[in-house]
Amino acid sequence: MSAKTPSKLEKVMAAGHLGVTSECGPPRGSDPEVIRQKAELLKGYVDAINVTDNQTSVVRTSSLATCIHLKLMGLEPILQMVTRDRNRIALQSDILGAASFDIVNLLCLSGDHQSFGDNPQGQNVHDLDSMQLLWTVRKMRDEGKFLGGDEIKRPPKMFVGAAANPFADPFEIRVPRLAKKIEAGAEFIQTQCIYNLEKFEEWIRQAEERGLTEKCYIMAGVTPFKSAGMAKYMKNRVPGMDVPDDVVKRMSDTPKDKQAEEGVNICVETIQRLKELKGVSGFHIMAIEWEEKVAEIVERAGLLPRPETD
Amino acid sequence: MIVADKKPVEEIIEYVKDCEKILILGCNECVTVCEAGGKKEVGVLASTLRMYFANHGHSDAVVDERTLERQCDHEYLEEIRDIADQYDAIVSIACGVGIQFTAEKYHSVPVYPGVNTSFLGVTEQRGLWTERCQACGQCILAHTGGICPVARCAKRLLNGPCGGSSKGKCEINKDLDCAWQLIIDRLKAIDRMDLYEKFFNIKDWSTDRAGGPRKVAREDVQI
Amino acid sequence: MRLTYPTSFRIIRVPCTGKVDVQHMLRALEKGADGVCIIGCMEGECAYKTGNYRARKRVEQVQRILKAVDIDPERAQMYNLSSSDGPLFGKYAEEMDERIRKLGPNPMKSVQKSAA
Repeated sequence: MSAKTPSKLEKVMAAGHLGVTSECGPPRGSDPEVIRQKAELLKGYVDAINVTDNQTSVVRTSSLATCIHLKLMGLEPILQMVTRDRNRIALQSDILGAASFDIVNLLCLSGDHQSFGDNPQGQNVHDLDSMQLLWTVRKMRDEGKFLGGDEIKRPPKMFVGAAANPFADPFEIRVPRLAKKIEAGAEFIQTQCIYNLEKFEEWIRQAEERGLTEKCYIMAGVTPFKSAGMAKYMKNRVPGMDVPDDVVKRMSDTPKDKQAEEGVNICVETIQRLKELKGVSGFHIMAIEWEEKVAEIVERAGLLPRPETD
Repeated sequence: MIVADKKPVEEIIEYVKDCEKILILGCNECVTVCEAGGKKEVGVLASTLRMYFANHGHSDAVVDERTLERQCDHEYLEEIRDIADQYDAIVSIACGVGIQFTAEKYHSVPVYPGVNTSFLGVTEQRGLWTERCQACGQCILAHTGGICPVARCAKRLLNGPCGGSSKGKCEINKDLDCAWQLIIDRLKAIDRMDLYEKFFNIKDWSTDRAGGPRKVAREDVQI
Repeated sequence: MRLTYPTSFRIIRVPCTGKVDVQHMLRALEKGADGVCIIGCMEGECAYKTGNYRARKRVEQVQRILKAVDIDPERAQMYNLSSSDGPLFGKYAEEMDERIRKLGPNPMKSVQKSAA
């Protein structure tokens, strides 16, 4: 695959390197310093930074504004967009807004249901779903046209991605669903956090059989546990999360003061094992409110230095 | 059918507490089946209001009962033409459609809702009604194995399921079936998983609520 | 057995307490009955399986309605007993009678008198 956009992330993976991304959750307030401090921790360790879009349906500074802050710091943001809060007019408009700041990566999501957030009585939009949003961005980029058919002056040049959860039910449609996302226009995929490596490897194997890994960069998602409690919470409480018992046991068998370190160890080992797996093009490190650990994980996993692109 | 649920009686009392003569108006159709607005519920609500008035020094208040065949057709609503004007208020316990049509027809009489109209659904079992249709105006059931993601997926995903589907249940509520799991099970049962593989393109929502109040005009049956 | 029970009771026989609707209980209270007492078979022993469970739920519904109109919900009660248990019937009847006497007359009664 050769790069079609100015995206640094795309160029890194197109050149055959493993891509590395992490994420930055915008603050629940308007202080830009919070954003800058978080982003500073990631500088030089990742190729691009996801900026979440009101994740878990809790109101935060907008993803687009936060992306602009990162852009102004010389970092490469990945704009996350959920279809929960905006209709097709607002989505297209925000895509253009992002493009006007030369934000060149976009991740299309449906978004957590609003009942999880701080406005459970709100309406949701879902005028488009995440796949239709992928299709929309690709139409805007490749055909230079709005959904309404009119021509776009200076169409957005965006590397377009989606999320995939290899562990959600039903498992048998997980690969067909990936195929659909790629057909709709996904060029890269960031997966749900991987703890069940066997199941993930099986998913990649099936994807490869269908030739999907040739059409799309798959970035394996990892999240270090901060504690045994977090491992249990993710196993029991987070929908669509697959944390095997032996991983939970490994965390709870570790003394409390060493658990954070063990969580990072598991994360590094996961990356090292998956680095060798055919079909994996990179890693998406989601250190939830723990951005300071990303540098260590990237370094210990042997993903440094990050390649230069023109 | 249209499924409705009873409003708390306290709310209804609040609407009519200053009235002298009230008509409780039921409907023999959907709301009778879902036990929210039929003849029996008219009787219960009327009794309740009469007791309320009597117990609050307002024993001369009159609460009458009437149940029409339907409140969504002119001909049945005409049956109260001669008496409607006598009342200070009509409490309609038909669905929102009936309540509005009654208000439309009897322009000078206040009409209050006695139920919350909930959805278009089925009687799954006695006392349990569940949603099936959102009347989006462009039926897609042919593509989804006869199970509607617009009405039954919490995110109305046309290309589902989302990552929150877990053991056949929806992420927002463990008691709620994941619509897309149902669709997949059904497509497998009818041997049409090929339909699942097809990307479902952007839907025209203009026939849904988005397009404003809708109408079906059929010249072939108009006189 | 020559058992006695309060004379204040007026017995209405129904094939099953499942037959008794919210409407019937409300009508009785509205017309001036001081209380309504539903006496059904023991739970789990309904000849129609769920008749007495339905009755209990309906009594609860009536209690909620009475509360909403500021009438003491205690005026509606549900008891269960075996059909052969005369003494217990007597005891429940006494209990209900006592309960109602404590509450005093149904407010609806005075309204009806003044209207008449």
